[in-house]
Amino acid sequence: MRLINRRPSRPMAVFLAALPFVLFAAAYVIGSDIRLSANPQDKLLPAPSTIGDTALRLFTEGDRRTGAILLWHDTAASLRRLGLGVGISALISLVTGLLIGLLPYARRTFSDFVAVLSMVPPLALLPILFIVFGLGETSKVVLIVIGITPFLIRDLSQRVLDIPHEEIVKAQTLGASTTTIATRVVLPQILPRLIAAVRLSLGAAWLFLIAAEAVAADTGLGYRIFLVRRYLAMDIILTYVIWITALAFLIDWGLKTLSRRAFPWMGAGL
Amino acid sequence: MSFVSVRDVWQSYGGRPIIERVNIDVAEGEFVSIVGASGCGKSTFLRLLLADEQPTRGSITIDGGAPAREPGIERGVVFQRYSVFPHMSVRDNIVAGQSFQRPLGRFFGARLRQAREEADATLARIGLSHVADNYPATLSGGMQQRLAIGQALTARPRVLLLDEPFGALDPGTRLSMHDFLTELRAETSMTVFMVTHDLEEGFKLGDRVLVFDKPRWDPQDPGLYGATITYDFDARDRGIPYQNILDGLPSLGPAPVPADATG
Repeated sequence: MRLINRRPSRPMAVFLAALPFVLFAAAYVIGSDIRLSANPQDKLLPAPSTIGDTALRLFTEGDRRTGAILLWHDTAASLRRLGLGVGISALISLVTGLLIGLLPYARRTFSDFVAVLSMVPPLALLPILFIVFGLGETSKVVLIVIGITPFLIRDLSQRVLDIPHEEIVKAQTLGASTTTIATRVVLPQILPRLIAAVRLSLGAAWLFLIAAEAVAADTGLGYRIFLVRRYLAMDIILTYVIWITALAFLIDWGLKTLSRRAFPWMGAGL
Repeated sequence: MSFVSVRDVWQSYGGRPIIERVNIDVAEGEFVSIVGASGCGKSTFLRLLLADEQPTRGSITIDGGAPAREPGIERGVVFQRYSVFPHMSVRDNIVAGQSFQRPLGRFFGARLRQAREEADATLARIGLSHVADNYPATLSGGMQQRLAIGQALTARPRVLLLDEPFGALDPGTRLSMHDFLTELRAETSMTVFMVTHDLEEGFKLGDRVLVFDKPRWDPQDPGLYGATITYDFDARDRGIPYQNILDGLPSLGPAPVPADATG
């Protein structure tokens, strides 16, 4: 039997899915153990129990000076920036993508411009943003917006163009105006695409967020990681990394669920 | 007399004529089938009738009006696929047939309730009441096409254009769709143009059958000349239109046999 036709059974599938996680964890535990047995003061690969203790402390104990639990404050600040940035990007790209996809005049005007704009490396603009918008929240949100909007616009305008021409013609024969076609035919059909595109761009959004926070911030997940790096506090860094990964996974899962609930007509298309 | 009139229509893409010298007059209420080999411009002609494309030369008018520059409410259309809106329920697809003409494309309040009731009546007539709340993706091909035809007719077009509407259906479904279309036509007496691959279907449903073909053919350069209407069959009464002509004129028929002749 060919390899391409062999499929794992259900228990085998679960085992295979768990295997890389288990192997990775085992490799870490062994590596950490070897280093700690050589030097109990080693900070590079803290023992899982140390990370667990640190995590518990970070999640529950307040700062000695202010009493505020920093991890939650960092999380709130970062999620606020991420939400604002992604939300603004989604709104801009929805409108622009719709116009570019639907109107030949808008397409001629903006599509090449957006294509060039999407080639600008956003992180190279970060100094400009700090100069123009200052070191506050604005520059971080704007970095996310600049970073992911061109991608979202290109994806959404292509999705609009992918809508079968027959549907657009049909709407016209039913007497629909351009506005009606945009709001009743095209917009509802690209909303699920918007969510799919946002899910894809979330990785980049996190990257820009943490980069901006690393350079200039006084709170936030990325700020904290780069702050404790000075003390080689790997237990804190790893806790934050795992926490960020969990947050990203949860957001992705939430968007997927939302999409499935909100757009039942997509059927198996998601 | 002439409802749809096509005058010396040419259509070229990149200097290559696809169809040329097309002239035809169609009376109101006629059902015109359009047949021909693949790539001979049947669908191009339908797109021209639809005003989705503009002819390179010539003009197409409906009821003496100005030639249309874009698809509009006068023309209803059903394509082989993608003729219904996948994000609307079956009922909303029918409601859209009326509400898309509104400025915002939707009805509100009492008007919406009324439109939904009318849509339910339409669905009952086209046999889709049991799936009114489903989305089109869950419907079979035949049901989707019935919905598409019902939706197109809800907007009350003056001409209905069908582009291989039953091409993707299995033979059994196709036959029931023929009956469905014949019934609808008996009710509405609409002018219909239907492009089809199936000659039998064309003659069965049509009052006229137009054949598109290339009368001129350059063996060195097959794309040099376009196709045109090469035959215009009268397809009434199963393709033998005058077989019953004497029924309307009994005086010209054979003399009635006297009742006592057999005795």
